[in-house]
Amino acid sequence: MSLLLLSLAVIIAGGCAALFAWNKPGLAGCIGAGGTVLGCALGIIPALAVLLQGTTRSLRCAWSMPCGSFIIELDALSAFFLLPVFMLSALAAVYGGRYLLKYKEIKRLGFVWFCYAVLVASMALVCVAANAVLFLLAWEAMALSSFFLVAFENEKSTVRRASWIYMVATHLGTACLLPMFLLFGSRAGSLDFDRFAGCLPPQLTGICFVLALIGFGTKAGIIPFHVWLPEAHPAAPSHVSALMSGIMIKTGIYGIIRTLTFLGTPPLWWGWLVLAAGIVSGVLGVVYALAQHDLKGLLAYHSVENIGIIMMGLGVGMIGWSAGMPAVAILGMAGGLFHVLNHALFKGLLFLGAGAVYQASHTREIDLLGGLIRKMPVTACCFLIGAIAISGLPPLNGFISEFLIYLASLRGATAMDADVAIPLFLAVGSLALIGGLAAACFAKAFGIVFLGEPRSQEAAHAGEAKPLMLVPMLVLAAACIAVGFLGMVAVPALSGAVSDILGFNAAPELKAAAGCLRSITIVSVALLLLIALAAWLRRVLLSGRRVESAVTWDCGYSAPTARMQYSASSFAQPITALFRSVLRTSEHAPAVQEYFPEAGSFETHTPDACFEKAYRPLFEGLRRLCGRCVVLQHGNIHLYVLYIVITLVGLLAWQMR
Amino acid sequence: MQAAVFTNLALGLVLAPLLSGIINRTKAAVAGRKGQPLLQAYFDIYKNLRKGAVYSTTASWLFRAGPVVGLAAAVAALCIVPASGSAAALAFAGDLVLFAYVLGLARFFTVLAALDTGSSFEGMGASREVFFAALAEPALLAGLATVARKTGTLSLTEMISTASANSPELVLVLAALGIVFLCENCRIPFDDPTTHLELTMIHEVMVLDHSGPDFAFIQYGAALKAWVLGSLIVGILLPAFSSSRPLMLACFVGAMFLLAVTVGLIESGMARLRLLRVPQLLAAASALSVFAFMLVVR
Repeated sequence: MSLLLLSLAVIIAGGCAALFAWNKPGLAGCIGAGGTVLGCALGIIPALAVLLQGTTRSLRCAWSMPCGSFIIELDALSAFFLLPVFMLSALAAVYGGRYLLKYKEIKRLGFVWFCYAVLVASMALVCVAANAVLFLLAWEAMALSSFFLVAFENEKSTVRRASWIYMVATHLGTACLLPMFLLFGSRAGSLDFDRFAGCLPPQLTGICFVLALIGFGTKAGIIPFHVWLPEAHPAAPSHVSALMSGIMIKTGIYGIIRTLTFLGTPPLWWGWLVLAAGIVSGVLGVVYALAQHDLKGLLAYHSVENIGIIMMGLGVGMIGWSAGMPAVAILGMAGGLFHVLNHALFKGLLFLGAGAVYQASHTREIDLLGGLIRKMPVTACCFLIGAIAISGLPPLNGFISEFLIYLASLRGATAMDADVAIPLFLAVGSLALIGGLAAACFAKAFGIVFLGEPRSQEAAHAGEAKPLMLVPMLVLAAACIAVGFLGMVAVPALSGAVSDILGFNAAPELKAAAGCLRSITIVSVALLLLIALAAWLRRVLLSGRRVESAVTWDCGYSAPTARMQYSASSFAQPITALFRSVLRTSEHAPAVQEYFPEAGSFETHTPDACFEKAYRPLFEGLRRLCGRCVVLQHGNIHLYVLYIVITLVGLLAWQMR
Repeated sequence: MQAAVFTNLALGLVLAPLLSGIINRTKAAVAGRKGQPLLQAYFDIYKNLRKGAVYSTTASWLFRAGPVVGLAAAVAALCIVPASGSAAALAFAGDLVLFAYVLGLARFFTVLAALDTGSSFEGMGASREVFFAALAEPALLAGLATVARKTGTLSLTEMISTASANSPELVLVLAALGIVFLCENCRIPFDDPTTHLELTMIHEVMVLDHSGPDFAFIQYGAALKAWVLGSLIVGILLPAFSSSRPLMLACFVGAMFLLAVTVGLIESGMARLRLLRVPQLLAAASALSVFAFMLVVR
């Protein structure tokens, strides 16, 4: 436990030291990144120890905060969430150290590193806090530090807009958490988490659960509370996007799960609600991702999709839990949890890759890139691994967690009554649809960005990323592969965390699932051997024969240009056309007037329907309403004094009544 | 047991290219033509294996990896699918998911190899391929989940050893899987393997730039993919009704050939659908699976 506190202290100390090195950006980076890496390395030790031994450690300190007490508790569930926090934060810090140097002339990097350290430490604290006041303080520190990081390039108006949207969204989410914790606190008589379990009467648990789902769901980015994600993630520096998308949004998932542990066995409709939220977020997230032109915007919508998959796992688990089918409950929860870790690995990798592409080509516009596999071979390889993993394809890690969710849904769908089996059957179908669409989306993202010919001068002159940026990507890619092949070892290690949620022993069921995963590993290894065999065969066949190079077959057209290649928008067009009623893509194409037009243009733009149709009118209305109140506030000090007098007289009258 | 597994593998590896020969002969017979030799696919593969290769100057290593991964994944899928009423080389709970996703991996690499050439035709084919696959995937998995519900097991091998087609629900599933079979193997009404007009093709256009051994790998991989999806349908239609191995083998191979004839008849009887209609047909396949599931749980 003291090791964990020490690690947090080291991270914060590194951040503060970086703040004082404000006039030496290189030094600030070294100190900030170094402190984070060292702190994370220290912190991961107790997390791993707890996860493997399954013992809970807690620490209680004196604290003069009203209603608050400084209690941190490290159980298997917290330890499981700490794992990606420390791992990805350290790697992203190394990457960021190099990435931010580009801005050393124009930005104060010390402050950025301070915010980064606060963000990492607060995320870790959120996962271990066992008192509502401490939790909310950490939650708020997390929101504020990430707000400043999103606003890094605040000279751009889009970035300012994005950071404000994020600020408002995250606080609206917190606004739901406050009444939830107050409800708990008023019934339990204390704001310590260990008193919360089972303290609520049944009629209040539903309200608490919905509040938690909205409040934490806003942080996690569940549709329809996701609107800040596609704004904030592209705006932030890439290593921060990796951190926010890879782990920060998972604290929302952690919150939902932690709340579940207070509420006991859920009624069936909670599971349906979570599953439905998961399906909607998963399908719409990937459909919106397909319509994006901005590489980081695409990845941001994929976070919505993956949160959807995680929620589907939790929902399936909850349905199994309330329907009294432990196998389904365990496998669903394990699948959802495992996807949390896997998503941190591959989404971190993809955001770091996207950052490398952005720094090399100065654009995030997918349709302006192309051919980068020859300019940036290592980045391309890493991005490809991330793309295969996030599409849920074997033999990488994304497949393992999706497989667990499939297995849970299929178990339930084959064995239970119709009212439970049908939602689980729909989960199977939706997961298949999401998988297919995600593969389509990443075929687009990787294929257009890295393959073919460069579509712009910037892409043509791109160069490979610096080694310090490549190393974290390589580590993450290796982790994706390792987890994919070692699923049968990793999944039984989840049993502590799953048991913490469900309250019964999950180990035997996960051991059984590990048997299936062993078979998957056998197939994966066989697949690799077959690939090697086929590659060898190809080499033998081609040796000594004539192997030539020629232009791509162009149907005899004599002057092909790079601009004639299929673009990302056209690649996704059939799918976006199918979902046009949801996407409401606007097209701008001036009509062609002459017979031989010299120039033409075509533009599509897909705004977020939730934002445009719900939040924008809502906030516009709110602003109009507030506008009306301006009458009261016109700067005349005499009138303000009058208000005070009126209030006092009013109070006096009320008191004398 | 071991022997049965090896016979099934060998059967698939040897006979897979024959299916397209049977389909083409059926089409020729219906059209009143003589048609190409039954073994034409073998000749094509053999011819391509002996050739050198021409690569596009645009293409990178991924273009060369595409056919290799595609073929390897098809062989891996062959190892998971049971045939002729006996177990697959590897059977476990949930192997149906792995089956669908291994084929997905092959598709992913084929699509990337197509995009690697920078050709707009191949890009167009790739775009259509991922579009149709995304819609076919739910139909396939929902169909298999229905069979799983009916038979109470999650492994393809056990499903096929207990399924029986004499229930109305499984007929619906078979119809759905039949549609998926046609879509995944690029047959009419989804794709016309005989046209050689770049704008209309899907699968064929994605492999325009491949040549020599690479192209042979692609042709063989496609044949294997047709074989594994076919053996799934045949397995559900024709469960293990007899313990006699030779009889089961003969029935299985006969049923596979019959499936090829049916595909040939469908191809002779109808034209390719307009692209806008294709999603509707695939949605219908999913709907059939869902409907079948409702009937099973009722």
